[in-house]
Amino acid sequence: MTNLIAITRKETKAYFSTPSAYIVGAMFLVLTGVFFVFDVSTPFAEAGVRGLSDWASFFIVFLAPLITMKLLAEEQKLGTLELLLTSPVREWEVVLGKYLASLLMLLAIQSVTLYYVFIVYFFGNPDTGPVISAYLGLILHGAAALAVGMLGSSLSGNQIISAVVATAILLIFSFVNRVSSLVDGAVAEFINALSMNARLSDFSRGVIDLSHVVYFLSIVAIFLFLSIRSLETRRWR
Amino acid sequence: MIEAIDITKYYGDFPAVTGLNFSVEQGEVLGFLGPNGAGKSTTMKILTGFIPPSSGTAKIAGYDIVEQSLLARRHIGYLPETVPLYEDMVVSDYLSFMGQIRGMSSSQLKKRIDEVVELCRLEEYRDTIIGKLSKGYRQRVGISQAILHEPDVLVLDEPTIGIDPIQVVETRQLIKNLGEEHTLILSSHILPEVSMICDRVIIIHEGQIVAVDDPSNLGTSLSGIERVEIEVKGPNREMLPVLEKVKGVQSIERIPVTGGAYHRYHITVDIGQDLRHDLAKTVVANGWELLKLQSLGMSLEEIFLRLTIEEEQLPSPLGEAS
Repeated sequence: MTNLIAITRKETKAYFSTPSAYIVGAMFLVLTGVFFVFDVSTPFAEAGVRGLSDWASFFIVFLAPLITMKLLAEEQKLGTLELLLTSPVREWEVVLGKYLASLLMLLAIQSVTLYYVFIVYFFGNPDTGPVISAYLGLILHGAAALAVGMLGSSLSGNQIISAVVATAILLIFSFVNRVSSLVDGAVAEFINALSMNARLSDFSRGVIDLSHVVYFLSIVAIFLFLSIRSLETRRWR
Repeated sequence: MIEAIDITKYYGDFPAVTGLNFSVEQGEVLGFLGPNGAGKSTTMKILTGFIPPSSGTAKIAGYDIVEQSLLARRHIGYLPETVPLYEDMVVSDYLSFMGQIRGMSSSQLKKRIDEVVELCRLEEYRDTIIGKLSKGYRQRVGISQAILHEPDVLVLDEPTIGIDPIQVVETRQLIKNLGEEHTLILSSHILPEVSMICDRVIIIHEGQIVAVDDPSNLGTSLSGIERVEIEVKGPNREMLPVLEKVKGVQSIERIPVTGGAYHRYHITVDIGQDLRHDLAKTVVANGWELLKLQSLGMSLEEIFLRLTIEEEQLPSPLGEAS
C-alpha cells in the first residue's frame, strides 16, 4: 500500500510540474468551451450541460491516451522500469499507482469545466439531476478511457504508438454501435452492449442505469488487468 | 550472499549466458569481466530479478530470485548500465521516491538521504533537476539510489562507462569504499578497474565463465609465460643466437627502436623462472653493454585479451576440414 501511495504521489507531482499535462488540459478546455458556447448560443437553448457533456466524452477519447501515454512507455524507454521492477514493488502496484495519478489529473481537468455549469446556473434554471448524471457519466467514461490508455502505454516504449493504439481501441468502443445496424439478433445486441456511446447518451439524458455503471467499471478492471499482465510479460520477452 | 546455480538464458535461439555457476561471500567484492556482448548485463539482470533465467536459479541472501522475488529484491541495490533516472525529478525527490518504494520510513529517509548525498558528494545538486546533471553526476545519483536502503548486496553494471576520466577515478574510489561495507558485484570491460577494486575476478566470454581468480594471481597462474624486456648495445646478428641459447628462453621478439644505437628485445621465458640474472651475465660475458633489463610480467589486460581472443582464433574443426 505504501508503494502504491508513493507511486501515485510521484506521478501526480510529475503531472502538475510538467507542461505537457497543462497543454493537454488547456486544449481540452478550449475545445469543450467552444462547443459549450455553440450549444448555449442557439435560440431557445436548453439550460443544461447536455451538449457540453456529449462533446466532452468525444474529446476524452483523444485526451485520455495523451494523459496516460507516458506513464509506462517512458519507463520502458528510459530503462527506469528496470530499477522500479528490481525494487520490492509488485507490477499491480506500479500500474494501479500510475492509473490513480492519471485519474486525479483527469478529474482536475474535468473539474475546471464546472465553470460552464456555474454559468448555466447563473443565467438559467437547469434541472440538477441531468447535470449530476452527465458528470457521473463523464467521470466513468474518463476512468475507462484512462484504463485503455494504460494498456496502450504498457505495450510499447514509444509514446506515440501507445497513444495511437489506445485511441484506436477507444474509437472502436465508441462507434461499434454503428455496425450493429448491419447485423441483427443476438450479435447486434452484443455489439450494442459493447458500445460506450449508447450508454453515454443515457447519462447525459439524466438516466443513471446501474448496468452502465457496472459496464464502465468492468472496462476499467479488464484493461488494468491486461496492463498488469502486459507489464509482467515484458520480463519474459 | 549471492549464489548463481547453473544459470542459462536464451534470447530466442541465442544463448546469452550458459551454465553460470558462482557464489559471492558476504563482504566480498567480485569483478565480472568480459568484452561487450559477453553476457555481463544479462547476468546482472538475472541476479537482480529483472529477467528470469531460462534455466537454473540464483539466490540473494538466501532467497530465490524467482520464487521469493520480492524478499530477494529487498536485499539488492542495483545500478543498471544505462543509469536510468527520472529526468524531470529533483535529486532529493528522486532519492526519496526510491527509498519509499523500498519500504523506508520518512524519518529513516531524511537521515539516510543526507548521508548518501554526502557520501556521493552531491550536496550542491540536491535541488537540481536530474536531466540537467552531467553524466558523471547522474552516475553518482545512480549509485546513491543503489546504496540508499543499505542493501546487503550491491550490483553495479559498468559503473564507469561513458564518464570523463577525472570522474572515473573518483567513482572508482567511491566504489572501492563501498566494497569495504557491502557484498558487491561489479561488471566491467576495463581490467585496471577490476583489478583495483575487486577481491576476485570472473572472466566471462560468450556467455561462459573462462577464468576465476584473484586479480594478482591472474597475472601469473593463468598465463603460463613471463616476459623480460632487455636493451643491449651490440651487434644484433651476434646477440640473437646467443640470447636464444640461454636456458629457459622460449622465444625472442625484436622491438624496433627509433634512434639510439641499441637493440630492444622482448624475451618470453618459462613460467616461474627469473632469468634476469642469467641474461645479464650472458650479455656482459660477451662484451656487450647492458642498458636495461626489466621483467614485464603479464598484465591483466594481456591475459584478458589472450583468454578471449585465443578462443576466437582457434580454428573450428569444420573450418580446417574444408
